[in-house]
Amino acid sequence: MGSQGGFGQSKEFLDLIKSIGEARSKAEEDRIVINEIEILKKRIIEPDIPKRKMKEYIMRLVYVEMLGHDASFGYIHAVKMTHDDNLHSKRTGYLAVTLFLNEDHDLIILIVNTIQKDLKSDNYLVVCAALNAVCKLINEETIPAVLPQVVDLLGHSKEAVRKKAVMALHRFHQKSPSSVNHLVTNFRKRLCDNDPGVMGSTLCPLYDLISEDVNSYKDLVVSFVSILKQVAERRLPKSYDYHQMPAPFIQIKLLKILALLGSGDKKASEQMYTIVGDIMRKSDSSSNIGNAILYECICCVSSIHPNPKLLESAAEAVAKFLKNDSHNLKYLGIDALGRLIKISAEIAEQHQLAVIDCLEDPDDTLKRKTFELLYKMTKPSNVEVIVDRMIDYMMSINDNHYKTEIASRCVELAEQFAPSNQWFIQTMNKVFEHAGDLVNLKVAHNLMRLIAEGFGEEDETADSQLRSSAVESYLRIMGEPKLPSAFLQVICWVLGEYGTADGKYSASYITGKISDIAEAHSTDDMVKGYAVSALMKVYSFEIAAGRKVDMLPECQSFIEELLASNSTDLQQRAYELQSVVGLDARAVESIIPMDASCEDIEVDRELSFLNGYVQESLNKGAQPYIPENERSGASSISNFRIEHHVPSGHSLRFEAYELPKASVPSRPPVPPVSATELVPVPEPTYHTEFHEAVAPKLSVSGTGSSEIKLRLDGVQKKWGKQTYSSSSPSTSDSDIHKTQNGATKRDVPSSLSSKARDVSYDSRKQQEDVDPEKQKLAASLFGGASKPEKRPPASHKASRPNSHAADKSNAEKSGPSDGGAVKASPQPPPDLLDLGEPTSISNATSVDPFKQLEGLLDSNEGTTAPGSSSSTKAPDLMSLYGDTSLSGQNIGTANLLSTSSSDANLISDVSHAPDRNGHGTGSAVTLSTPLSKGPNTKDALEKDALVRQMGVNPTSQNPNLFKDLLG
Amino acid sequence: QIHFVLLISRQGKVRLTKWYSPYTQKERTKVIRELSGMILTRGPKLCNFVEWRGYKVVYKRYASLYFCMCIDQEDNELEVLEIIHHFVEILDRYFGSVCELDLIFNFHKAYYILDELVIAGELQESSKKTVARLIAAQDSLVEAAKEEASSLSNIIAQATK
Repeated sequence: MGSQGGFGQSKEFLDLIKSIGEARSKAEEDRIVINEIEILKKRIIEPDIPKRKMKEYIMRLVYVEMLGHDASFGYIHAVKMTHDDNLHSKRTGYLAVTLFLNEDHDLIILIVNTIQKDLKSDNYLVVCAALNAVCKLINEETIPAVLPQVVDLLGHSKEAVRKKAVMALHRFHQKSPSSVNHLVTNFRKRLCDNDPGVMGSTLCPLYDLISEDVNSYKDLVVSFVSILKQVAERRLPKSYDYHQMPAPFIQIKLLKILALLGSGDKKASEQMYTIVGDIMRKSDSSSNIGNAILYECICCVSSIHPNPKLLESAAEAVAKFLKNDSHNLKYLGIDALGRLIKISAEIAEQHQLAVIDCLEDPDDTLKRKTFELLYKMTKPSNVEVIVDRMIDYMMSINDNHYKTEIASRCVELAEQFAPSNQWFIQTMNKVFEHAGDLVNLKVAHNLMRLIAEGFGEEDETADSQLRSSAVESYLRIMGEPKLPSAFLQVICWVLGEYGTADGKYSASYITGKISDIAEAHSTDDMVKGYAVSALMKVYSFEIAAGRKVDMLPECQSFIEELLASNSTDLQQRAYELQSVVGLDARAVESIIPMDASCEDIEVDRELSFLNGYVQESLNKGAQPYIPENERSGASSISNFRIEHHVPSGHSLRFEAYELPKASVPSRPPVPPVSATELVPVPEPTYHTEFHEAVAPKLSVSGTGSSEIKLRLDGVQKKWGKQTYSSSSPSTSDSDIHKTQNGATKRDVPSSLSSKARDVSYDSRKQQEDVDPEKQKLAASLFGGASKPEKRPPASHKASRPNSHAADKSNAEKSGPSDGGAVKASPQPPPDLLDLGEPTSISNATSVDPFKQLEGLLDSNEGTTAPGSSSSTKAPDLMSLYGDTSLSGQNIGTANLLSTSSSDANLISDVSHAPDRNGHGTGSAVTLSTPLSKGPNTKDALEKDALVRQMGVNPTSQNPNLFKDLLG
Repeated sequence: QIHFVLLISRQGKVRLTKWYSPYTQKERTKVIRELSGMILTRGPKLCNFVEWRGYKVVYKRYASLYFCMCIDQEDNELEVLEIIHHFVEILDRYFGSVCELDLIFNFHKAYYILDELVIAGELQESSKKTVARLIAAQDSLVEAAKEEASSLSNIIAQATK
């Protein structure tokens, strides 16, 4: 059956499929499809298209869309087809719309009505088709339109309908939980449905509901356990068996639910122990599905309240997985191990060598899983080894998604467990160098903070050493091309702050380097901003130290360029720098003190130092200050204040906020970026009683956009004139820059230091070298695990006294060859024999039945081959397929070898080949294949005939198309 | 939960796609390109799973056809591998030793079967027999309807002549 096109494809359609098959390149395929789209566009709007023809057009649209092209012009026709009364058309229509439309498509509203009607149909097949569409198409808005009907269908006499209705409600719950909240009892009822299929599908919504709210479903534990028990005891109909396992998919779902219900609940867990234990004992570890159940059991055991006996068998199962040759099982083993170590960390130790093997496996999937495991078991003693490994791997991959993930894991581990600051900085440098653009910018700020704060309370010399080494490492690294922006920002900041601190480098050297960075990244405003601030700091330190500043020509030109920059932030920074450089040492020192980035800035919100001045002005008849909330336009101002909690305190530098008048010719409007830094500036003004009304100023000074900016300007003008009538340009300039300094300081350190840093600064350094040898790696990774329990933390390198596994210490101490032997001998040979790798065994068995059937095959082959060869026709799809695969032009054809080998098997492939690539096929398939041999001969003949009809010659070159998928 | 099902030939040709989560046509093309680049180049002895953009893709090769399913991080990979196999066994039973060519020319049937097996990204029926029965019911009804329709249209055609 089957093979003859179900909707009677026309020659035209078959030709289309064929020509797509013949296409040798994606471009050619695209050409054909585009041509087809043009044809369909014309055809589909012709009047009076026969239904049959229309169905075909719709399927052709589906085909076009499947190949990645846009067939949206025809969607409406598919929608119309769902309105058809004919079941066949309706079914085609529903299939097409579920494939075409996402739930947010506009056309869906046109289908809802049809769906409503079809849900009421007497024919259960119509109802099923409509329910399929409901699952895919109904969105949050349309749920109410169909919900009552779907609920009614839960009681339908056909189990297929009940099942789909449950799944539809499940989908509704996913899309809009509130819409079905009142229907929970229905799910509970369906759990007791007579039909195992309906019961099984009920587990899906229940799983979701339970994961959202465990406590409301604790009463179901008993039911789930008893269902699981019945399933495991084969009480379900035989048809639910899969590869000799009783309803394994239902078992897995139930185990998942139990894992949720038992998590952190001793009482519930106790009810499950027996059945989970039984299933683990019964599960067949020679088949994939058996292992899938076993794996799910491990997940369950590690989630529920721990039970020593179950944990023990889970650990055994993990051991079996890890020792297996199959990568799939190793992968699951690593994953399961990651779950178990949360409960008892020592389990990992027995498997250290297996873990290292997985880490070094060429299979990327396995490697990543192993990194995940290592991430979970990181602690201070092994952090260096693990993070180094991770970074090495990070550098070697191109997958940005994973790179980001592993980079942030490195950062997280380094912050949490760093044995020393030195190491932390080096690690961060590496992460930044290779993935700087991918990690969170906060990480950069953390790094700056660490360098600034150093060891915290500990001695100063260590801190300055740390900074010197940071400066040195940055001077070294900064020459590299293509450093990420975030990293450059850190470099600039550190060079500015500490570049000249230890006197090793001259100011001109450092400033030269900084302007090099700025020049090399002239498109990055952030970096330039950091660079110019760094320059300012270096110059200020020089001036403060009483040295003369000779600005390098390149710095000069850099600053000049910024003075005219489009970015107002850069402009402002440049102007500020210019002014600072012109000041005297005393002023500069108070503007930008050495190494003050960590000091908190205290703000005198009341500006008490101005009281005298204010009083004087009032006495002279000035207007008193009107509190902001009494003025118009106050709302924006109060908003503004809320954002900035400035600790009140005494006033040190706060005359700084008095800004000079026009010593700087045209003060540019301050962009939002700098505005946030400068916000504290204007703020206090509103608290002082001042003689001028502020509101008019606000509106006058409008440069246009944000309010923060506006106020700032107003303040500047107002305060400039009247504060210091005698102020010389130089002092008022210094005031400006104090402001700036204050702002920068706030910018970095205060926000950073507000958060408590939780890096453990224990300088316990792990002594062990990262040796390429696995054993040593194992020791460094796992050694820590045993440490707390088995030996004093200090004696690290010392030979471990007696500890747990003999072979472990053996492995560590012995040379490479010894280690290898130790490792090798216990593993492979016995495994091969007793732990049944499903693949190898099933391969072995899979050959035999075929061989036995060779007689049958031969006769089959005898009938097919001559017939087909006699009918060779000119343009044939298959030979072209064969050509392409032989010439190796196609996408992703990696091995000619396998192609040619299958070509060699050509004849046997057409009939059922003995050596069909049998990788991974379970053993039951091999059992079932011989059983279905009978009809196969007939099938093969039928197919052959069909294929000849279509002008395809099976004896020609691409045998793969004819290869049974279940070989 | 299954996010999508892909059938790709070894040459990278798309044989069937089914999307359970919303993806635009552009994203679909990108996903297919990315995944076929990843999966078709993998060696035979490696894991049947690949991690991809925070999801996992479970794939299995049958003859020259790759069946791929994209699932969530916490799903049971081995189970999904068996769902794929379950699907192939059902196809095999339906087509009678299914081969790639069957799926090329009858992709709509493969869709119908998949719709009976997986719905809204979840396995809805694990009994091969039930699936087969439903599909057969639909097919026979369709056949009947087809005959009826063609005879009807004949009558109409003759009447309107």
